[in-house]
Amino acid sequence: MKIMSTLLEIKNLKKEFEDVKVLEDISFSVKEGDVVSILGPSGSGKITLLRCATMLEKIDSGEIIYLGEHAVLNDSNGNAVYAKKKDLKRIQGYFGLVFQNFNLFPHYNVMKNIMDAPVNIHKRDFDEVEARCDALLEKMGLSDKKHAYPYQLSGGQKQRVAIARALCMNPKILFFDEPTSALDPELTGEILKVIRELADEKMTMVIVTHEINFAREVSNRVIFMENGVIVEDGTPQEVIDNPKNERTREFLCKFEK
Amino acid sequence: MSFAEAWQQMSAGMIETCKIFFLTLLFTLPLGMVIAFGRMSKIKPIRWITTVYISIMRGTPLMLQLLVVYFGPSLIFEGYSLDRFQAVIIGFVLNYAAYFAEIYRAGIESMPKGQYEAAKVLGYNKEQTFVKIILPQVMKRVLPPITNEVITLVKDTSLAFSISHLEMFNMAKQLSATHSSLMPLLVAGVFFYVFNLLVALVMNGIEKKMNYYR
Repeated sequence: MKIMSTLLEIKNLKKEFEDVKVLEDISFSVKEGDVVSILGPSGSGKITLLRCATMLEKIDSGEIIYLGEHAVLNDSNGNAVYAKKKDLKRIQGYFGLVFQNFNLFPHYNVMKNIMDAPVNIHKRDFDEVEARCDALLEKMGLSDKKHAYPYQLSGGQKQRVAIARALCMNPKILFFDEPTSALDPELTGEILKVIRELADEKMTMVIVTHEINFAREVSNRVIFMENGVIVEDGTPQEVIDNPKNERTREFLCKFEK
Repeated sequence: MSFAEAWQQMSAGMIETCKIFFLTLLFTLPLGMVIAFGRMSKIKPIRWITTVYISIMRGTPLMLQLLVVYFGPSLIFEGYSLDRFQAVIIGFVLNYAAYFAEIYRAGIESMPKGQYEAAKVLGYNKEQTFVKIILPQVMKRVLPPITNEVITLVKDTSLAFSISHLEMFNMAKQLSATHSSLMPLLVAGVFFYVFNLLVALVMNGIEKKMNYYR
């Protein structure tokens, strides 16, 4: 059996917003090839957790470790200390993030959205990046949109560009922040299809989502959160089909139609 | 006095008016951005100082500010005085930068947080994010209010008369008095109108150019 390495480890993460505990003692890890879905009612802290893991939000206490490198460590008082700027920059390169609202750059066309960061910020070779960009657009079914501007695209197309943009950075792990929430129901399918394909290619992903059926089908692990803690963590069969916890059952019931 | 005569006699003043206009713009556009940054600074004293500065510049007449700039230094340092043209430019720049700063600030603050976050995740540092991602979008957003301000500036150049700087409008008034004719004032009106028509055309052109995205 192939030994899977741990890509992300989060230990005892705590986060407060003005004395309101949003995340309490969260620990979990993500191994190479994992597709982890994070479920939970709104206000459960799942999005905050994602934002903490991607360092858009500062944590108060705990550890965040990517590929064995500490992005955040606790000092002796138990307060979170972030790594040096230079190290954080490198660690940031290990992951990508796809936003709920796409957050494409409206003044850049599709190609520039995807290529600007790798070429102009990370100084990768233009031709290499363009080849990668073309391959990604083809995979996303957007080859004809290379020179289009975001306003000319549908929501689903925008989100696929956002996924291509994240992938072009060659991340080891890709985070999704409710990638289909801003889309019309008929458009969510195309995004889920893309994520499913990525899962088949063994792309490591962490997905915050409301799509329970999708989570069951695509992920090998499901985390259920409520009130800032992880209530359940297991395979989709364990968490979605046979939840141990009463609250999980209640939550899932609302989605059964 | 014929229209052409008046126009010809006022041409030196028109050049003066154009000089005030272009020099003010040249210094104000960047200075406004600096002040906008000060106004949004995390450092309290800087924020406080720029807030007071903007408040005074917007809260008192430009005419009075020109007088202060021109006569102020000679009251403090005896014998020292700026020449009139310098005083006019400094006065206009200080005043207009305050307005531009607030326009820029509005533009910058209207940018969605997601643009900053997307840039951060992609590895842009703060400067790169501002220059490459935020600023181009801000410029597009602030263009209409900037156009407003620029048009007001054209008309405000006539305030240079308050420290007797001889620009076009000041000339028109003098000519009108000496020749007992309204023609110079008509010329002044036509000049201002045509000038602003051009400003509007140019700004419209820039706006169109920036419309390649939404």
